Amino acid sequence: MKRADCIKALYPELEDRLVVTIMGACAQELYDLGHRENFFYLEHAMGLASSIGLGLAMNLPDENVVVMDGDGSVLMNLGGLATLARYRPPNLTHLIFDNGSLLSTGGFVSHTTSGVTDLAAIARGAGCPNVTLVASVYDFMAAAAEAFENKVMSTIVAKVEAVGPDHYGMDMKLPENAFRFQRYIEERRRSRP
Amino acid sequence: MTVSRDNSLAVYKGIKDAGIQYVSALPETWLVYLLQLAEDDPDMTLVEVAKEEEAIGIAAGAYFAGRPNALLLQNHGFLASINGIVSLALLYRVPLVMLIALRGHWGEPYPWHTQGGIHTEPVLRGLGLPFEYARDPAKVGRQIKEALTFANSSLSPVALLLTRELMED
Repeated sequence: MKRADCIKALYPELEDRLVVTIMGACAQELYDLGHRENFFYLEHAMGLASSIGLGLAMNLPDENVVVMDGDGSVLMNLGGLATLARYRPPNLTHLIFDNGSLLSTGGFVSHTTSGVTDLAAIARGAGCPNVTLVASVYDFMAAAAEAFENKVMSTIVAKVEAVGPDHYGMDMKLPENAFRFQRYIEERRRSRP
Repeated sequence: MTVSRDNSLAVYKGIKDAGIQYVSALPETWLVYLLQLAEDDPDMTLVEVAKEEEAIGIAAGAYFAGRPNALLLQNHGFLASINGIVSLALLYRVPLVMLIALRGHWGEPYPWHTQGGIHTEPVLRGLGLPFEYARDPAKVGRQIKEALTFANSSLSPVALLLTRELMED
């Protein structure tokens, strides 16, 4: 299974959700499907995408928040899984694409390669409720559909191939992404009765 | 020396008067009363993190959500958060209000705090982060309010260093 295929299948479901992605391939693959104002790409600060998602979800109970994370990033902020588990906002879905590789920074194998480190087990051990491990696009979409329906914080660990796009770049400056993302949230809040 | 209950209350009142409704923190001795006050306040949301760098992300999320917020951390936690400050807050122009317990400085009896205390100000200067020292309980409220104002106008992280003079009786 390729991460790009998962993101492509999920893309239509992301229209009115706040999406925070990690750096590199994951951000690029979402961006290439067509940027939306409700997407924020964290192109550095590895590990903090899920923390941003927590801050968003806790403060915007009427919004749904989706974090697109990766094994390399999650491994840099394992404590963050425990914080997510403690506060577990029901409107947060944490997608972890596990390609067993630090793909965007040279392709070195990560600790999850060959099943050495089991991120789903770590998330469960941290106390995260509703953790699912999937290895096909069908199962990924089924788990995502359930996560979006459920009023429980959900974590989906998706085992994917270590492949990414052949190009990187966006027609948008990084602070511009932050400004527009914030404006989108503010306008949504104002338009709500 | 004990942590000052009265001055902790002055700091907390400053947080409230500034309109801050959401605090991310890692517990530490000087912050004990502050965190208790936050925990007992139905109008305040307190998020306790496992490591301080998380709080940079959480604060950024709260900021995007339009919620006035602050971080409460020890200076060693600030030092542990540098990449988040640089590669999230500075990179994306996200304001942060960091209330930092300045352990390991003037009057510090414990050796283990001292290097962190000595290096906090040089690191703040190195990062170009605006900072002030909070020493006087009569002024700390205004300093917190002004920290929030300046963080939001400059789109920069700012730090208020909570000194021994303020935090200990």
